[in-house]
Amino acid sequence: MGASTFVGLAYLVAIVLFILGIKRLGKVRTARRGNQLAALAMLLVVIGAVVSLTDRSDAVTWTWIIVGAVVGSGVGAFAAKKVEMTEMPEMVALFNGSGGAASALVVLAYLSGLILPWSKSDGGMNLAQFLGGGLKSGAWDQSSALALSVIIGGITLTGSFVAYGKLSGKVSSNAIVFPKQHLVNLVLIVAALVIGGLLCGVVGSGGAPWLAALLLVLSLVLGVLLVIPIGGADMPVVISLLNSYSGIAAAMTGFVLAEPVLIVSGALVGASGLILTNIMCKAMNRSLLNVLMGGFGATSSGSTEDARDYKNVKSVGPEELAMMLDGVSSVIVVPGYGLAVAQAQHAVRELGDFLEAHGAEVRYAIHPVAGRMPGHMNVLLAEANVPYEKLVEMDEINPDFKTTDMAIVLGANDVVNPAALDDPESPLAGMPILNVHEARNVVVVKRSLSPGYAGVRNPLFEADNAVMLFADAKAALQETLAELKEVA
Amino acid sequence: MTGLTVFILAIFLGFELITKVPPTLHTPLMSGANAISGITIVGALTCAYNTGSPFLANFMGCLAVATAMINVVGGFMVTDRMLGMFGSKEDGGR
Repeated sequence: MGASTFVGLAYLVAIVLFILGIKRLGKVRTARRGNQLAALAMLLVVIGAVVSLTDRSDAVTWTWIIVGAVVGSGVGAFAAKKVEMTEMPEMVALFNGSGGAASALVVLAYLSGLILPWSKSDGGMNLAQFLGGGLKSGAWDQSSALALSVIIGGITLTGSFVAYGKLSGKVSSNAIVFPKQHLVNLVLIVAALVIGGLLCGVVGSGGAPWLAALLLVLSLVLGVLLVIPIGGADMPVVISLLNSYSGIAAAMTGFVLAEPVLIVSGALVGASGLILTNIMCKAMNRSLLNVLMGGFGATSSGSTEDARDYKNVKSVGPEELAMMLDGVSSVIVVPGYGLAVAQAQHAVRELGDFLEAHGAEVRYAIHPVAGRMPGHMNVLLAEANVPYEKLVEMDEINPDFKTTDMAIVLGANDVVNPAALDDPESPLAGMPILNVHEARNVVVVKRSLSPGYAGVRNPLFEADNAVMLFADAKAALQETLAELKEVA
Repeated sequence: MTGLTVFILAIFLGFELITKVPPTLHTPLMSGANAISGITIVGALTCAYNTGSPFLANFMGCLAVATAMINVVGGFMVTDRMLGMFGSKEDGGR
């Protein structure tokens, strides 16, 4: 068996393993194995690629490859070991950005004409010829893929880093808007497409590397401009979408290299990102376009919606909360981003354990867009060893609030705002919410009355059955538990 | 053209595979998928190898290998760590 046959077979097996891996990632029981299968597939691909390099007749230098691989693996492994579960959204954004960077760099290196890639033995398009001979008939898919790969890779790179900045608070998480923003973006997008088109036409002539460089710069700028107008709480959508982009970019690189394993795995990632994006948008009752246009909540937040607008707000301390919790038989906890900020996942589990030990039923209501990435709350609670059967989705748990003694809202706001149901004027109107206000008693643990991401007041805070506990979620829960233990 | 056919078919396959994923797994799915997108490592390896290339090209290739490896190694490891939490709890519960 020749080396090229071996490589071809290795790639084929890898494709199958990727598909099986993703399929298994869809069930809790098999998810871990699925991820391991996908990792195994990736190992096969790397081995295949290295074997095909050794098969070459001309001199191969391994120094650069080894240096890159060792440094990259080290950084990746270190980050994966050290990251706090509360920081997962930031981590995914960063990893995503590196993927985008890799895609852009690969194509840029090719396009610059600095390297003569090996000619493929299976009759695929030889990039050396491709660059040298200009656009050939039948190569339209490769040449447009080349341009798209630069555009998408560039946008993914800077877009992900801006998303990271917003998530980690290094960049203002508010929507950053300026006049004529959409016009500027539109002009830039059109310009990128035109340059991309030109690039397809002139590939091979001396102008190609410069056009490619220009295209990359434009795409990098676009990545920043497209993400800054989108506020922090819309990041679940942005991260899903960028994840999808990074897959598409990989698939485009696959077109350029005429390598099906890249095309298939890139397409799988692209599809999964799109599905998650769609789920997030539905959960907010907003269109993808509305999210991407950004500026949501930028105008109304802050100024007018302060504490003066609230009447009849009842504030309690941990001792009173402990008394309210004493003897309850059913509790629903509603976690939000505030839980992640306060790192309160362990504290809430301890409180839940105590209540359960004293006969209460404790469940967790998970809104699809709670937190800063899809499934963010599930990961945090899993880290604190809350059994996942206790995490209930919105549609399933909403009918149960009526018969619940106590709903505890932890650092969530917009997703429990009843204005979404009964105020057609509200920016939140039509967004599905958790019907916390229907519970017999509600306690909202929150640091202040400040509005949530949507910048609107929350009538829940002044409802007759609701009390506020103004504190950091972790401290509040720990103090409440201490009080409960004294009472019991 | 073959490439495009494969691409479209794979997109459909992706939709079929992923539509039914429960929300609990959205974060691991995303970070796992993210790791898979590091498949551009294949392209990166081909950029870094050539002795005859100018320094800049090798350097860009090296950078591409490094960034792709961050994506791949970091992505799979962190996904495994997350899923380990789901798993251990399941076993503990039984």
